[in-house]
Amino acid sequence: MKTIEISGISKNYGQVPALRDISLEVNQGEIFGLIGPDGAGKTTLFRIMTTLMLADTGSGTICGMDIVRDYSRIRKIIGYMPGRFSLYQDLSVRENLEYFATLFGSTVGKNYDSIKEIYSQIEPFEKRRAGKLSGGMKQKLALCCALVHKPSVLFLDEPTTGVDAVSRSEFWKMLDRIRKSGVTVFVSTPYMDEASLCDRLAMIREGRIIGTGTPEQIISAYPYRLLSVAGGNMYPLLKILRNTEGVISCFSFGNALHLAYDPEKTGLPAILAKIRENGSEDCRIREITPGIEDCFMQLAGK
Amino acid sequence: MNTEYAIRIRNLVKKFGDFTAVDNITFDVRKGEIFGFLGANGAGKTTAMRILCGLSRPTSGSGTVAGFDICREQEKIKRNIGYMSQKFSLYPDLTVRENIRLFGGIYGLKDREIKEKTERMLDMLEMKDAGGRFAAELPLGWKQKLSFSIALVHSPRIIFLDEPTGGVDPETRRRFWELIYDTAGNGTTVFVTTHYMDEAEYCDRVSIMVDGRIDAMDSPAGLKERFAARSMDEVFRIVAGKAVREE
Repeated sequence: MKTIEISGISKNYGQVPALRDISLEVNQGEIFGLIGPDGAGKTTLFRIMTTLMLADTGSGTICGMDIVRDYSRIRKIIGYMPGRFSLYQDLSVRENLEYFATLFGSTVGKNYDSIKEIYSQIEPFEKRRAGKLSGGMKQKLALCCALVHKPSVLFLDEPTTGVDAVSRSEFWKMLDRIRKSGVTVFVSTPYMDEASLCDRLAMIREGRIIGTGTPEQIISAYPYRLLSVAGGNMYPLLKILRNTEGVISCFSFGNALHLAYDPEKTGLPAILAKIRENGSEDCRIREITPGIEDCFMQLAGK
Repeated sequence: MNTEYAIRIRNLVKKFGDFTAVDNITFDVRKGEIFGFLGANGAGKTTAMRILCGLSRPTSGSGTVAGFDICREQEKIKRNIGYMSQKFSLYPDLTVRENIRLFGGIYGLKDREIKEKTERMLDMLEMKDAGGRFAAELPLGWKQKLSFSIALVHSPRIIFLDEPTGGVDPETRRRFWELIYDTAGNGTTVFVTTHYMDEAEYCDRVSIMVDGRIDAMDSPAGLKERFAARSMDEVFRIVAGKAVREE
């Protein structure tokens, strides 16, 4: 049995389609990433899977329970951290935690082991009101509140949005430890660089899943050859290369350009000639393996 | 007015009670430069940026933005800079044309100028047919481009971009930076914050704030060399990783 099974889910808001025929499967104990930009439909899918909203069509199960019929049983075995800060600002750290434990008919003491590692970091501030915590501490408390009833599946909707690079990598280390304790993690993010930290992922754009698999599978399915071009005056070069025969796309990636070409229409010699022709002889050019972001852009452009 | 620098800041300090949010920072931004203003959450970026935009007064220190004094000429600063926030700050219930007209009016442009600018802007953005649509209905990438153009409606000498690319898809994010390049190419100074470290590489120079101070400032290439790092992401982890204080 799959931990999550979603089949043919669609949802419209009036005339606007939010999700179109979404199907996916998540295995027990894995970190499954839902990766895509704002407005792709990530939060709508979370709400449907966590039984907070009904889909127009399609069906799904969480741990074998139906997302429509068995909603009250599902709610007992999942943890959900919504994108917006969802704690009670006027309650203290400890009060929030106790409140969420009580809601699920449990106590903080009973499940303390499962949150201990994260909670110990905010325990010194137990009496502080949640509204007065820093962003990093709020995030840790929200995670504890979602974990305090020992859920089998943890849903995290954009837990790292607007968080700096250092705090983001700390958060992913926490997720890795949660996974090791046997919890299945379903997490969404707009940051492509977090894809490699997932066991498997689905890329979503404009309500459609455009690619799914392990990061390695997605990368190996990339259909073009990819070059990294660095050095020289990059921006004018980008404009020229983009309009070169056989070049599929050309975009900035940090300090280099990534150039995708169709090997049946052009080759390295022709591209090198084009670069030299434009006086950028000191460029460093090498063939590279695409990253998830290259794959996303290719699949999005289809 | 100084012809070489768009921003000159000397020993800027901002305290809230006992808390020093901005702790004695000094830096210059040259005209036409793309300057990346980085730092961890809570490092003091927003506080510093509010002072530069004339929205808050420093506790001590001095400086000029677009040639105007940050302590005494805040209204002139506001009139001479452009600002685009993360949230794009368009009015969702106004149409595209109405949004342009509103901001043009706020910045004191004449009706005829606004009309001309509107047409030119819609043309450039390839949004001719979308002029009558409500801002709320636009795709995210369009909203972003429109709000950028509106921030430039009064032809400011400097534009401040506060996390302009948060949450947008990878291609739109890159197309947006191409727009930034074109704007800087026309001589406008660009002051930008971002959480995407690959975007730090697109800046001419970058500063990294840690606990209210500027702990590193140089070109991306210079910073990578100094910290023996392969990417700006690595540089950021080394520099910002030393932060002591929380938000």
